[in-house]
Amino acid sequence: MTELRTHAAEIAEQFSDHVDVTEDEVETKLQQLVEEYQVPLDEATRSVRNSYLDAAGLERDDISGGGGERVVVNEIDQDEQWVDLRVKLVELWDPRSDSISQVGLLGDESGTIKFVAFETSELEQLEEGQCYELSNVVTDEYEGDYSVKLNRTTTITEIDEEIEVGDNSETIEGALVDVQSGSGLIKRCPEEGCTRVLQNGRCAEHGEVDGEFDLRIKAVIDDGEATHDVIFNREATEALTGIELEEAKQLAKDALDTSVVADEMRADILGRYYSVTGPSVGQYLLADEFEQQTGSVDAESVLVKARSI
Amino acid sequence: MSESDSDSVSREVAQRVFAAEFNDASYTFKESDDDRAPVYLLLPTGERANRVFVVGTLTETEDVGEDDEYWRGRIVDPTGTFFVYAGQYQPEAASTLRDLEPPAYVAVVGKPRTYETDDGDVNVSVRPESITEVDAATRDQWVVETADRTLDRIDAVDDAGNEYARMATEEYGDDLSRYSDTVIEGLEGLESTDELAGDGDSEPADESDDAAAVPDPEAQP
Repeated sequence: MTELRTHAAEIAEQFSDHVDVTEDEVETKLQQLVEEYQVPLDEATRSVRNSYLDAAGLERDDISGGGGERVVVNEIDQDEQWVDLRVKLVELWDPRSDSISQVGLLGDESGTIKFVAFETSELEQLEEGQCYELSNVVTDEYEGDYSVKLNRTTTITEIDEEIEVGDNSETIEGALVDVQSGSGLIKRCPEEGCTRVLQNGRCAEHGEVDGEFDLRIKAVIDDGEATHDVIFNREATEALTGIELEEAKQLAKDALDTSVVADEMRADILGRYYSVTGPSVGQYLLADEFEQQTGSVDAESVLVKARSI
Repeated sequence: MSESDSDSVSREVAQRVFAAEFNDASYTFKESDDDRAPVYLLLPTGERANRVFVVGTLTETEDVGEDDEYWRGRIVDPTGTFFVYAGQYQPEAASTLRDLEPPAYVAVVGKPRTYETDDGDVNVSVRPESITEVDAATRDQWVVETADRTLDRIDAVDDAGNEYARMATEEYGDDLSRYSDTVIEGLEGLESTDELAGDGDSEPADESDDAAAVPDPEAQP
């Protein structure tokens, strides 16, 4: 794409929600200003953008400004923001749809975020392990999870520096006050790429299937000021409860009921204090590491505090 | 509530409160007219409690129901006794109370419930969401944490805009020294209150004062 075409695409994308506009139309206007009237491209872009603002009856702030704000990935907490990133391509995943050119994980020092690039945007292919400056990507939100979409106007600049990718980890401490439904011995959809948890033997996507057994715990940890939803995967669940998958299956078989597994786990963990560390995904903290807290609080210092009141 | 939609359904925090303070509370309120709006118990140190987290020694269990099982447990902390009641609508907690052999350390997550007696007193109890047996270390952790939280609440009473503290002063008066005293007692007692290490005879022996504290089982939802 020529530089002029890039600017045209950017403007068209910005106004696509507000007025009927095509890239070609914008390009023609820019071309006229730049080539016939010898207006510098920046000035031409500004002028054309203003004419569309007028046409749409919008203020400048109503549209996403071209050249978004430089952010780190874990600052992204709003849908449809135009941002610039400085990131490393951590990994590429297999696109599940023909319309997707590339999908994967970008990372910077603050953590990681999913990205999607669409075929229609005709962007250059990104390489795993390479670091880039990405200008003009759009944030997206789905059920509390944020991602970024690359688009026609995105400019991709390879950079030589190495970016250390952070792990989004946080640590919470508190009492485990609830083990929620969907915990214990569960069945997941066996379809390729689908790991949905079955409800009464049915997958929301694939209908009735022969599920595969798995263990997990969805728990609530309450620190007295706020509550946190925490997910323990199979490995963490086994370490937390001492109940392994095979044993869980046997328990369920003996009782002719899978719910006995969750009951057993509840008795082992409810009401105890834990410190849990892991990445946040949407509303959940995924427990990578955890530790039961016993007597780690300092009675002496609280006593001093009490006497000083 | 001023939170955004995603926060408005957020789970109520479980307050940490000693029995002495919990049992002094009697005033309940809602923050909206919605039938399903949460009911809060106003704590004397100026906090609202729709849920509590309690760890203590279960010293006694009794089925006080008439037709259906209705279990009462006495749970003792360094400052006093919590009463928990579990019936047919709390089947798991009820069966835990049925099965547990006191004395035992237990952790309870539950909702405060108030009940007005015939002579006009208000008794406070806990309707458990869960009861689990825990160890002495968890109990100690709770005592220290609850002491700390109680002190934080006392500390914040004079903060500008502390609406619940203002309500608490109106309802219960402004003398909070009793609660800082119980905090100190609770902490000092930590090393010496290892009931379960002894022969189990140290449970409170009063049988007389709790008949009035039985809420009507039929009044459960």
